[in-house]
Amino acid sequence: MAQNSDQSASFWTAASIVPPLIAAGLFAFFLSFLHPISAGESVRHAWEWIPSMGVELSFFIDGLSLTFALLISGIGVLVMLFSGKYMAGNPQHGRFSMYLVSFMLAMLGLVLSDNLLGLFVFWELTTITSFLLIGFNHDSKLSQRSAMQALLVTGTGGLAMLAGFLLIGSVSGTMELSELRGMGDILRDSPMYLPILLLVLAGAFTKSAQFPFHFWLPNAMAAPTPVSAYLHSATMVKGGVYLLARMHPNLSGTDVWLWTLVVFGAFTTVFASVLALKQNDLKQTLAYTTLMALGALVLFLAAPGGYAITAMATFLVVHSLYKAALFLMIGCVDHSTGTRDARRLGGLIRRMPITGVAGGLAALSMAGMYPFIGFIGKELLYKAGLESPASVLIVTGAIFLASALMFAVAGVVALKPFWGSAAHMPQLDRPIREAPIPMLAGPVILGVAGLFFGLNSHALQHAVTDPIVGAVLGDMEKAKDLHLWAGVNMALYLSLATFATGLVLYLFHKTLRERLIAAGERLMSFDAKWDSLLVAINAGAVKVTALIQPGILSRYLLVVFSTITLAIGGTILARGLDIGTPVLDGITYVHLIVFGLTVSGAFVAVITNSRIAAIAGLGVTGIGVALVFIQFGAPDVAITQILVEMLVVVLFSVAALKLPTLPQRLPFHNRGLHAIVAIGLGAVVTGVVIGITSVPLNMNLTEYFEKYSYPIAHGKNIVNVILVDFRAFDTFGEISVVAVAAISAYALLKQRKSGGTS
Amino acid sequence: MNSLILSTATRLIVAILLMFSIFMLLRGHNQPGGGFIGGLIGATGFVLYAIASGTKEARAALRVAPQQMAMVGLGIAAVAGLASALFADPLFTGQWLFIGASGDDHGLPLSTVLMFDIGVYLVVMGGILTLVFALEEEI
Repeated sequence: MAQNSDQSASFWTAASIVPPLIAAGLFAFFLSFLHPISAGESVRHAWEWIPSMGVELSFFIDGLSLTFALLISGIGVLVMLFSGKYMAGNPQHGRFSMYLVSFMLAMLGLVLSDNLLGLFVFWELTTITSFLLIGFNHDSKLSQRSAMQALLVTGTGGLAMLAGFLLIGSVSGTMELSELRGMGDILRDSPMYLPILLLVLAGAFTKSAQFPFHFWLPNAMAAPTPVSAYLHSATMVKGGVYLLARMHPNLSGTDVWLWTLVVFGAFTTVFASVLALKQNDLKQTLAYTTLMALGALVLFLAAPGGYAITAMATFLVVHSLYKAALFLMIGCVDHSTGTRDARRLGGLIRRMPITGVAGGLAALSMAGMYPFIGFIGKELLYKAGLESPASVLIVTGAIFLASALMFAVAGVVALKPFWGSAAHMPQLDRPIREAPIPMLAGPVILGVAGLFFGLNSHALQHAVTDPIVGAVLGDMEKAKDLHLWAGVNMALYLSLATFATGLVLYLFHKTLRERLIAAGERLMSFDAKWDSLLVAINAGAVKVTALIQPGILSRYLLVVFSTITLAIGGTILARGLDIGTPVLDGITYVHLIVFGLTVSGAFVAVITNSRIAAIAGLGVTGIGVALVFIQFGAPDVAITQILVEMLVVVLFSVAALKLPTLPQRLPFHNRGLHAIVAIGLGAVVTGVVIGITSVPLNMNLTEYFEKYSYPIAHGKNIVNVILVDFRAFDTFGEISVVAVAAISAYALLKQRKSGGTS
Repeated sequence: MNSLILSTATRLIVAILLMFSIFMLLRGHNQPGGGFIGGLIGATGFVLYAIASGTKEARAALRVAPQQMAMVGLGIAAVAGLASALFADPLFTGQWLFIGASGDDHGLPLSTVLMFDIGVYLVVMGGILTLVFALEEEI
């Protein structure tokens, strides 16, 4: 609602001025590419990023990416102008502007990236910035939930998409989209085609909110209105459409591609346009019409034909123009009246004539009226539907239903608030006035643009649809012409039928809405299912944690040791590895004494009932191991071992002295289990050691260190030279662990004393 | 623990242990020893002191909080590793300075490697003492 704004706050602040200037600069920059790109050229810039892994920061501009870049930066200018006034006076306005600009840059990176990994990074950046924007009113529970939901749904899809990209890279040997373009057959013939397709589709469908991942998008309307206008109509949700269009040359042309996109696209578009009619909040209504548009775009990306792609390209622009305009118009209405409820608004045309006319223009384009660009878009959709290779009935039927419902919704959104009855208008203590100029600019310019492109469809064809068809199908000649008047044909009949059906739906929309709301209560809600999914995941995590982290030390050790025993022992048995026979030559009485000492220490530790004796026994074993090190010429390791043993005995003693009682003997079956695991682990480790020593050791590293330790590293003690010089980075990691472990233990112990829960 | 013999002997032994620990630290590059072993020995000295005279006395004798000691050590090790950047070498490349070297005589070798080992010494000693003091005090 309008609580974001302060009517009197000045527009002339850095947070208001800078973002539209940045966007305008970028828009002008991209406009300069329009001429070469529409002539069929493409531009590529690359910088090395991680050369060792073949990752480049590379950007590629062709017809497809340029259209998206122009939409993102151009609509960005208007949305940022709008938000400069809409958010003015909000104490967090600066932060908001930063998020919005970051989002725009991430989105531009997404559509311009040539490298798949670069695309993924920018994709995730749009996810994160949109999370920040949806959750902008972060003290509201609703915003928190919506932001988290959008993040999780699109983030999960993004990860699936990354896996798909990596598969593409391994199959084709390149991560550059510009190189991949001619490699469609390699991918389609690969046995990995299906996994790649499903993973990439998961990314695209979650981002573009296709059924059954649609539920996050209407919830994302918790964001401030400029965000809804920008992210959730014109840009972010189109990211998935962009991805599908980009992947079209590589992955399309199979039955799986065709039918998946047709079924999901058709269902989403009809499902969403029915739900759009059900909403009371105008912003929610528009959110569902966005779903409808996304469904339609996916539906037409299914087919390889020139009509389908031309229709997709036209409808992409049509939708971006009218949707951003309508969202901003509703923002103006909300700003002036304080409500967005379709049932209450009415009669605003006298008070807000400019908003009303601008919104009306956008709505006429949305309804597909002559001579707006929306009319051309709808004609093309019908033509493409009539020649669909999938099922003419499904595609055309879905478009017919959706278009008729759009007609009705356009009336609800733009007709009724301005021309309808004002009987239910909320009473305000201030007069309802026209919105300020920065807010009006968006709806007016976008609304007029819809009319302009309708009358000058050739300009749009030259600048947008031809280059997109060229980029997607590889041949600009396949593009179909955009005509405002294409003669009397099947598409025109369908258009007329659409208008008639839409008019009927509009006249009865109140009844329909009540019916739908009543019916909706009986239907399954994906949104509620989402909550129960999260609850179930949390409950599962609690159970798993309780299982593997019971807080009992002996059980941890039991799990660790039995895992090692089973993993290594199992591998040795399953592979039938021959561990060889132990080499028993050269054993002296010293070895036997050390062996006796070590074993007897362990024996004492096992059989004793006294804790102190057990500690002492372990200490003896440790000293025995240190003696082994000395015997085989590793004095550094031996010294360390002895010192650690000493400290361990001290630590144990400190703990043991303070413990209230000596331990009772454990129940027999537990000790039996412990004995089995202990003996098993001992046997496995012994086997491994025998196996290793029965083959000659690889001395390469040893020789290297012996050779270079003194000349290069100026040290004669090879162990120390390795620790502090050759492998100093490893050591640094280790001492970091030591420090962190000590601090963590300290914190835990202190917490226990202060009575906190542990 | 309240033992006159232990606490009297400890005063002497701790001093020797600390000197020994620094000796082990410095000789480590050419003979058995090094920062890790030196740090363990140094820690043993203060652990002994804590057992004989209590952790309060031991903390006072150490003067700095052991966890700070560990963090400073980590910082020194990090600086020693980053120093190679000044000479355009890869991370953690040892940089050497031989004071008064002539012919086969290396003189007094100073290096970032030694600095790194001092960092290891402080982290090990500080880390162990953090743990031991806390255990003795809290349990």
